[in-house]
Amino acid sequence: MTGGRDRIARRFAALAGEGRSAFIPFVSAGDPDRETSAAILARLPALGADLIELGMPFSDPMADGPSIQAGGERALRAGQTMADTLAMVSAFRERDADTPLVLMGYFNPIYRYGSEAFAADARAAGVDGLIVVDLPPEEDEELRGPAETAGLALIRLVAPTTDDARLRRILADCDGFVYYVSVTGITGTKSAMTRDVAAGLARVRKATDLPVAVGFGVRDAGQASEIAGFADAVVVGSAIVQRIESTLSNGRAGSGTIPGVEALVRELAGGVRNGRGPEAEEAGG
Amino acid sequence: MERNTYRDGPDAQGRFGPFGGRYVAETLMPLILEVERAWRAAQRDPAFEAELRYYLEHYVGRPSPLYFAERLTAHLGGAKIYFKRDELNHTGAHKINNTVGQILLARRMGKTRIIAETGAGQHGVATATVCALFDLPCVVYMGETDIARQAPNVFRMKLLGAEVVPVTSGSRTLKDAMNETLRDWVANVDDTFYVIGTVAGPHPYPAMVRDFQSVIGNEVRDQILAAEGRLPDTLVACIGGGSNAMGLFHPFLDETGIDIHAVEAAGEGLDTGRHAASLTAGSPGVLHGNRTYLLQDGDGQIQEAHSISAGLDYPGVGPEHAWLHDVGRVRYVSVTDAEALEAFQLCSRLEGILPALEPSHALAHVARIAGGLPSDHLLVMNMCGRGDKDVFTVAEALGVEL
Repeated sequence: MTGGRDRIARRFAALAGEGRSAFIPFVSAGDPDRETSAAILARLPALGADLIELGMPFSDPMADGPSIQAGGERALRAGQTMADTLAMVSAFRERDADTPLVLMGYFNPIYRYGSEAFAADARAAGVDGLIVVDLPPEEDEELRGPAETAGLALIRLVAPTTDDARLRRILADCDGFVYYVSVTGITGTKSAMTRDVAAGLARVRKATDLPVAVGFGVRDAGQASEIAGFADAVVVGSAIVQRIESTLSNGRAGSGTIPGVEALVRELAGGVRNGRGPEAEEAGG
Repeated sequence: MERNTYRDGPDAQGRFGPFGGRYVAETLMPLILEVERAWRAAQRDPAFEAELRYYLEHYVGRPSPLYFAERLTAHLGGAKIYFKRDELNHTGAHKINNTVGQILLARRMGKTRIIAETGAGQHGVATATVCALFDLPCVVYMGETDIARQAPNVFRMKLLGAEVVPVTSGSRTLKDAMNETLRDWVANVDDTFYVIGTVAGPHPYPAMVRDFQSVIGNEVRDQILAAEGRLPDTLVACIGGGSNAMGLFHPFLDETGIDIHAVEAAGEGLDTGRHAASLTAGSPGVLHGNRTYLLQDGDGQIQEAHSISAGLDYPGVGPEHAWLHDVGRVRYVSVTDAEALEAFQLCSRLEGILPALEPSHALAHVARIAGGLPSDHLLVMNMCGRGDKDVFTVAEALGVEL
């Protein structure tokens, strides 16, 4: 197999060889509309995305702050369905065979689709992994089996509140990479404190050899750079989704939407690339 | 399949059959487990039980009476109808049975800040009340739409010292208030306790709220035995999330000779799509930490519920109800806005009791079935809230200007 979890593993191995951290931008599929969203997705690798997190819009995103909630609502209003999201991935995969793509969202739309059918269709579309925010290890068995069969990595989350006993349980069946939630909070509302994140990450690293990505509280290129100094990957979501929102005109994609997102993603990717440079070594250790 | 008991759920994973569970973000999982441990310990502690009993008796005013509704019985000409008068509780609804319990638990856990969601405002008022009593800061999340239609309860909460935060996301009703409260909890994990108002949410809430509300059914058992020398034949309660219904039903689930009816809100009619009947017209899904029946579209997006009663206006239902529905122990029926309004007026005139719009749904179902039952048939309906909060809504629906 060339895609699925293998594509993720290959990418992290290559980055480790280059001695740098991965940049993972997050966008909601279909935000603000199908066409603009597909255009943004297609551009991400050239702008410096090493992996991509694509959000599956949900009406009740409990773990997300106002920005990502609003992005999902825009997509749903524009008519985005799960089938559209998978079709977007297929179109992306026709032109990019190397950049790992992970779907992120909540369980209900997957449950409704049917876990087995969903895992099979997602893999066929070119998806490599799944992050399902409201499926803790206690509940993810019904998706883990189908994901394994399909060759998809089921990526688990670790939070600052996770104790060592839970950490072992989470890591036991984690696949692809570990997603470290850098703040106790929802996406995009609190700024991660670099020192706390570094300490949290050290605890995770002691317990696993999997790459560790940091997300939920990374707001700008400077902070992305600091965190890239010690994390294997840095996820930025809310800031990008906010950029989409701030460039809309009358609630629709404007002439500044795609260029605005491009400029921000390029800047963030640059921040992550600088994270392991000589300057950062001094600053961040 | 023969079953020994309907009362042994949930299992260790918090499941009632396939329903329930703990579908929450990892950040919350350790907290949920901590709440469960603390609750189990409190259940085994006679001091906790004594403290709860003290406040239920002296502050809430329990036991609430079991009242023979003589004129309604004569009017309907069939079953002998009793009301369990939980509308006489302090704050005017059954909700306070649970908020006293959870806030005593929060104090035991050393939590110093209380958050809650509310729809009609009854749970918000009951939470704000107990927070005032124990001098705890209280933040209540309430959908903007509900704030507009439940102004008296909003003011009540503010008088009690609570902060009421308007929720402007999604449909701006109860489900969105619950999302927002969960978001607050994730961000304030150290000092905050989330008081969930119904038998839904992640385990252990469905079981914990049920147990705190079971005081209703336990009292009914003693009271009906004293009044009639035997157990009732039929129980009726309205159901949104389903806490008053679980509280009445649970102690009687294993008396399988007792017919149990739960009444959902059919809003403008099941065929209009504008209703809140998750069990009658929904399908299984996962929301707010549990697997249960939901109102959702084919793509798994949650749909807006509709009911004239803000307290029933929720697109889900507690997981234990979902299970009782599937195993057939409880019969789930529905009543429209118009039928509930008619029952509201009937009860006001015949019994001198303004029922809340929520139990007006149960009443409408009672009115539907009582006439066909024999006069020695004992029917107990939970009058779970008083209607004072609803007079503006009822006036508007009847076209009366106040």
